[in-house]
Amino acid sequence: MSDNSNFIIETSPQIKQSDSTKSVMWVVSLCLLPAGVWGVWIFGPRVITVILASVISAVAAEALMGYLAKRNTLMDGSAVLTGLLISYNMPPAIPLYIPVVASFFAIFVVKWTFGGLGGNFMNPALAGRVFVFFSWTGHMTRWTMPDALSGIDTVTTATPLGFLKSGLLDYTGTAVSPVSFLVETGYPHSTLDSGITAWFSNNLGLDFANGYVDMFLGNIPGSLGEVSVFLLLIGSIYLFARKIITWDIPVSYLLSFGILIWIFGGTRYTGGTYFSGDVVFHIFTGGIILGAVYMATDMVTSPLTGKGRIIFGIGLGFLTFLIRVYGSFPEGVSLAIILMNIFVPMINQYTKPKRFGIQIKRDTK
Amino acid sequence: MSYIGIIITFVFINNFILTQFLGLCPFIGVSKNVESAVGMGFAVTFVMALASISTWVIYNYILIPLDIEFLQTITFILVIAALVQFVELVIQKISPALYKALGIFLPLITTNCAVLGIALINVRNDFNAIESFIAGIAAGFGFLLAILLMSTIRVKLDSEWVPKPFRGIPIAFITGGLMALAFMAFDNALLNNLLG
Repeated sequence: MSDNSNFIIETSPQIKQSDSTKSVMWVVSLCLLPAGVWGVWIFGPRVITVILASVISAVAAEALMGYLAKRNTLMDGSAVLTGLLISYNMPPAIPLYIPVVASFFAIFVVKWTFGGLGGNFMNPALAGRVFVFFSWTGHMTRWTMPDALSGIDTVTTATPLGFLKSGLLDYTGTAVSPVSFLVETGYPHSTLDSGITAWFSNNLGLDFANGYVDMFLGNIPGSLGEVSVFLLLIGSIYLFARKIITWDIPVSYLLSFGILIWIFGGTRYTGGTYFSGDVVFHIFTGGIILGAVYMATDMVTSPLTGKGRIIFGIGLGFLTFLIRVYGSFPEGVSLAIILMNIFVPMINQYTKPKRFGIQIKRDTK
Repeated sequence: MSYIGIIITFVFINNFILTQFLGLCPFIGVSKNVESAVGMGFAVTFVMALASISTWVIYNYILIPLDIEFLQTITFILVIAALVQFVELVIQKISPALYKALGIFLPLITTNCAVLGIALINVRNDFNAIESFIAGIAAGFGFLLAILLMSTIRVKLDSEWVPKPFRGIPIAFITGGLMALAFMAFDNALLNNLLG
């Protein structure tokens, strides 16, 4: 038989398009970069070493496994993206061995024992993050105050959500929403925030509490790449426009999460009522934008069908709400995503589209 | 603990497979395809409910009056084994269809440590008869949930290029470990906050 490997015949649809695994992974990594630069800007240059440690260890692990499996997978960029996402989920002051362990766990255990990219059923970056979270909970919950808020370097603090979670345990005050709680207990906000809030109030007649602008721009303590909702959304515009990310998962995730927070979020406060939860606060904090746009949409570990993706998104919204509002962890995004990853094969199986021309078997008895 | 609390505890928070690591042999052994996994799950649920209620009766009306609670483990094993064999005979006679559906699973469950586990856990928690029964059913559904998810993942893995050293049982254990990692999201604080 002659060598005809150059003439690959495929079934329809025969549409040529330029997206490949490789280009997608690199493009997503690039779109993530602004948020990382912001992290360096507000938390200081140490953040660079955290990002480098995660990315380099992920790439090294990928290189070793690629060598053992005799497949060169380094250039597909998936290891870089995994390392980048792991570092974005780390507190700025994390000891460097923790992101390294997370990257190794992600690449060796979560990805390559299943045969590399495409075989894993769980998001490697998030499984790595959760693994180190439970192993070094103390380090993983020690947050740095951004320079703009503290004025001096490296003040350890809690994230707004963490502050809320521990503060509400023995709270007897009158605040019925997260932001009024933070204002009452003296949680800091930057001068930029007060300036913009005052501008909105004076010029547009829009009154909102101090703190929202900080949360939107990323002037809050948190994981180094998750804080800037603004820059993460900027990066995602290109991904949505190129349809590298489809709308269904982020929209169904944020929508179901928002509705649940709106209904039940207020009931956690003394004197709080139903239908009074602060949706904006919960969307701006705790890395839910990073999770919904960049991590839940991972092509390998999200469902294949449109209907399946919406079920997946709703499940994510419900679990994030459950863990964040009732659980013992303040954020809940990463746990929700890896929990729903477990359900993906089942969702795929039950949302399989019917092939054209196949009729439902009638009972012929 | 309220009944809903018991159900949430045994299905999610203290899931027999993913949190307590009991009953791993059917979890690994019978999860290769979805149908047998579901069959096994329901069989375990049935036996656990039955074992919970019968061991409760034995414990409270025989072991405690005679002051021989230290014999609980051996008694429970005997009771469960005899009970399962008896149920098997009855089902075979009354409903051959169900007997066929359960197949080899029913006798296998006799030696499942999850069944002995639920009996001992019921005693340790001082559950009354209804609570024991509900705990048995809930623990069975927790098992069903875990083995069903496991089987759907393993069916998917059949079509993946899993490296040779990990194919089969090893990758099943790694999968189970990752599932257990995700199930750490459910903890007692969650239950306490939910039921206030």
